[in-house]
Amino acid sequence: MSLTLINVLFAVVAAIGFAALNAAYLVWCERKGAGFFQRRPGPTENGPWGLLQPPVDGIKLMTKQLIIPGGVDKAFFMVAPVLAMFPAIMSFVTIPFSENIVAHNMDIGVLMIFAFASMGSMSLLLAGWGSRNKYSLMSSVRAVSQSIAYEIPMLITVITVVMITGSMDLKVIVEDQTAGFWQWNVFALLKSPLMPVSFLIFFICSLAETNRAPFDLGEAESELVAGFHTEYSSMGFGLFFMGEYANIVIGACLTTILFLGGWGCPFGLLPGVWWFLLKVYLLIFTFIWIRWTFPRTTIYGLLNLSWKILIPISLFNLLLTAGLLKVF
Amino acid sequence: MSGYLSEILSGSKSLAVGMGITLREFFTPKVTLRYPHESVKMTARYRGHIELIEDENGEPNCVACGMCQRACPSGCITLASRTVEIEVDGKTKKKKELTQYDLNFTTCSLCGSCVESCSFNGITFSKEYNLASTRKEDFHFDLLKRLKERNS
Amino acid sequence: MSAPIQLRSDETFTLNVGPQHPATHGVLRVKMEMDGEYIYKAETVLGYIHRMHEKMGENRTYAQFLPNLGRLDYLSAMAYNHGYVLAVERACGIEVPERAEYIRVLTVELNRISSHLVWFGAFIMDLGGFTPLMYAFDDREAILDILEGVTGARLTYCYHRFGGVYNDIDDDFIEGTKAFIPRMRKALKVYENLVTKNIILMKRLKEIGPVSAEMCRRYGATGPVARGSGINYDVRKNEPYSVYNEFDYDIPVYHECDSYARYMVRMDEMEQSLRIIEQALAKLPEGPIMPAKKPKIIKPPVGDYYQAVEAARGSFGIRIVSNGDKNAYRMKLRSPTYSNMHLFDEACRGMLIADALAFMGSLDLVIPEMDR
Repeated sequence: MSLTLINVLFAVVAAIGFAALNAAYLVWCERKGAGFFQRRPGPTENGPWGLLQPPVDGIKLMTKQLIIPGGVDKAFFMVAPVLAMFPAIMSFVTIPFSENIVAHNMDIGVLMIFAFASMGSMSLLLAGWGSRNKYSLMSSVRAVSQSIAYEIPMLITVITVVMITGSMDLKVIVEDQTAGFWQWNVFALLKSPLMPVSFLIFFICSLAETNRAPFDLGEAESELVAGFHTEYSSMGFGLFFMGEYANIVIGACLTTILFLGGWGCPFGLLPGVWWFLLKVYLLIFTFIWIRWTFPRTTIYGLLNLSWKILIPISLFNLLLTAGLLKVF
Repeated sequence: MSGYLSEILSGSKSLAVGMGITLREFFTPKVTLRYPHESVKMTARYRGHIELIEDENGEPNCVACGMCQRACPSGCITLASRTVEIEVDGKTKKKKELTQYDLNFTTCSLCGSCVESCSFNGITFSKEYNLASTRKEDFHFDLLKRLKERNS
Repeated sequence: MSAPIQLRSDETFTLNVGPQHPATHGVLRVKMEMDGEYIYKAETVLGYIHRMHEKMGENRTYAQFLPNLGRLDYLSAMAYNHGYVLAVERACGIEVPERAEYIRVLTVELNRISSHLVWFGAFIMDLGGFTPLMYAFDDREAILDILEGVTGARLTYCYHRFGGVYNDIDDDFIEGTKAFIPRMRKALKVYENLVTKNIILMKRLKEIGPVSAEMCRRYGATGPVARGSGINYDVRKNEPYSVYNEFDYDIPVYHECDSYARYMVRMDEMEQSLRIIEQALAKLPEGPIMPAKKPKIIKPPVGDYYQAVEAARGSFGIRIVSNGDKNAYRMKLRSPTYSNMHLFDEACRGMLIADALAFMGSLDLVIPEMDR
C-alpha cells in the first residue's frame, strides 16, 4: 500500500517536474528558434546563450500584479488557467518514455489522454467567457469550434492505429513497432498504404489542437488582440503559456508513440528513452519551424481544411485499413 | 475531384517550399548586432543634435548673427550675445561675442536647417544618438558650456 | 469569402478596434458593428494623431515647413518632400539642375522600395506570419544605410531642397545602390517563394476585400489600391513630373480587385522601382546640385499652385495658395491613405473580422499621414 503511494507520489512529482521544465525551456527554444529563423540570435543576455531566460521570465511573471478586471465571472476566470495546465500534466502520467519509464501504464491509455486533451478546450471556453471581453469571447467560440473540428480527424486516425495494433495500451502500441524502423506505423504501408498520410493528418491535427500557428486562431493577435488571455496578467497568463507548451510536448509524445515507434531505436546505439526524447524534440522543432514560417489561416479556412480534406481522407483511410485487415 | 487533389498537392508543395526557405535561414549567419555591446558607427553625415564649432583658440566660430535661430522651424535655439571691442591692427573694432547658446532638444526635429543657414561654420551635427533620460531638463543643452567642457 | 448570410441590424454589438489594437498599426480607431464575427458596418474615427500640419504650413515660412513633410508619411518621406519642393519650385519658377532631379528620383524610388518592404512585413504580420517581417526589415536596412549615408537621417530625411538637394551623392551611395539592386532581386524571389505562392496566403487574400474600380473613383482612391482594381493611374505616367519621362518602366495593373491584386501590385512595383534606379544610375549626369541663382527668401507670387506626386501609397497632392507673403495663405495636403481608408466601411460590410483586418492591411495605412 505505502509502496504504491510513494510510487504514485513520485510519478506525480516527476510528471509535474517534466511538464514544467519542458514548458519553461520550450519557451526558450521557441524564442531561440524564432530568432534563428529570422536572421537574429534570439535571447542572449541572461546566462550563456540566454539559458537563464525562462527562470527570469518566470520571476517576472510571478512578481507582477494579478489584475482581475471588474465584472468578470470570478470563478471561471480563476479556474481557466488551472484547467489549461492540469490536463497536460495528467496526460503525462500514462505516457511511456521507455519500457520501464512510465508513471502508470493503463490499458486504455489512448482513451485517457484524449479525454484529458478535450478538457483543454474547456479552459479556453471558460477563459473567454469569464473575461467579459468581446475579443476573448470571440476567441473562445473560435477555439471550441476548432477543437471539435480537429478532434474528429485526429480520433479517426487514432482509431486506425488502434485497429492495426489491436490495443489501446500505449505500451503495446509501441512494442508493436519496435522490430525496426520499417515497422513504425508511419511506414507500415503493408498494413495500410495511406499510413504516411495518416501521420500527416495526425500531425496537423495536433498543431490545431494545441492552438499553434498557423492554427492559432484562439490567440490571433492581429485580430483579437490576445484572444482568450487578453485580460490575464501575471501567472494567470503564465499558466496559459506553460499549458500551451505542455500540450505541445504531449502532442509530440503522442505522435512519436503512435507513428514513430516510441522508444524503438533504428540502430540501437542509445537506450530507448533517448531515442524517444530525440524524436519528441525533433517533432517540437518542426512545430516551431512551422510556426515561424506560415501566416495564420482563417476560421473558415481551418474548418474547410478539417471538414473537406482531413475528415474525408482519414475516413477513407479508416475504411481502407479496416478492409485490408478483414481481407488479410 | 482532380482539381481537389491537385489543389491539395500544389498547396502542400508551396508549404514545403516555404519551410525550405526558413530552414535555410536557420543556418545562415545572423545579421543583428548585440546593441549595447557593439554598435554601428554613425555615418559622416549623420544628423544628431547640433554642437558649436571652435576656432584654433578654443573660442566658438559663431558670430551670433542669429540666422540659425530664425531658420529653426520649432524655435528651439536661443542665443544671446554682447558687443565687445577688440583691437585689430591698432584700431578698435566692435564685435559680437556669443554669451549663451541654448538648444532645446525636446522640440528639435533634426531637420538641419540651422546648420544649413549658418554661413560662418559655427555649428555642426554631433554624432550622438544614445540620448535618453527621464527628465526633460536633460535635453536643454547649453552648447557654450558643452564647448568649454570639451576643451577643458 | 463572399458570405451568403443575412446580417441583422438588431442583433449587433459594437467592437472597438483601436485606437490601441495590434492590427491598426497606430492610433486608428474603427468602430465596428458586429453580428457575431461578421461586420455589419464599420465607422472610422480619426483624429488621434492630428498635428495640424496644414495649419503649420500656413504659420511657417516655406523653408521652415519642409521638415514637416517627412512627418506625414514617415515611411516614404522622400516622396512627400519631393512633392512639396516641386510645388514650391513651380510656384516660384525655380530651375532645378538635371543632376539634382536624378538624385531626387533615385532617393524617392529607393524610399518607395523601403516603404513597400515595411508594408510587406507588416501586412504578413497582420496575417499572422512573423518571419517575412524580419527578412523585409533586413533588406530595408540596406536601403536605410544607403540613404543615411547621403542624407544623414534614417527615416525623416528632409533631403530635398528648393532648387535641388541637400548634399551631393558620393561614390558610396552609387556603389551601395549598385550592390543593392541584385540583392533586392534575390530577396524578391525569396518573398515570392516564401509568401506570394503560399497556399495559406492565397486562400486568405484571393477574392477577399473586393474594391471595384467604380468604388475607387467614388472615394478617390489612388495608388496600389486603384491599380489593384484595374485603374491604370499613376501620377508618374499620367502627369509626368521631375525626370520620370526619361525612364522605361511599367505600371503594374491587376484587374482582380481583391486583396491579392493589391498585394501583387506592390510586389511588382518594387521590381519596377529597381528598374528606374538602374536606369537613373546609368544616366546620372554630372553637374551642380543646386541652381546658380535661387531666391534667398522664398516668396511665391500671388496665385494658386498644385503639384501631385506618386507616393508609395498613392497620389499625394499639395495645393499652395499664396498671397505673395513669406508664408502660404493656404496649404492643403491631399494624402492618399485618407481616401483609401474611407472605402473600408463600404467594402468590409458582411466580411469576417479576420478578413476585414487583412483587407485593411492591404490598403497600406499609415495613420499619421491620414490624420496629418
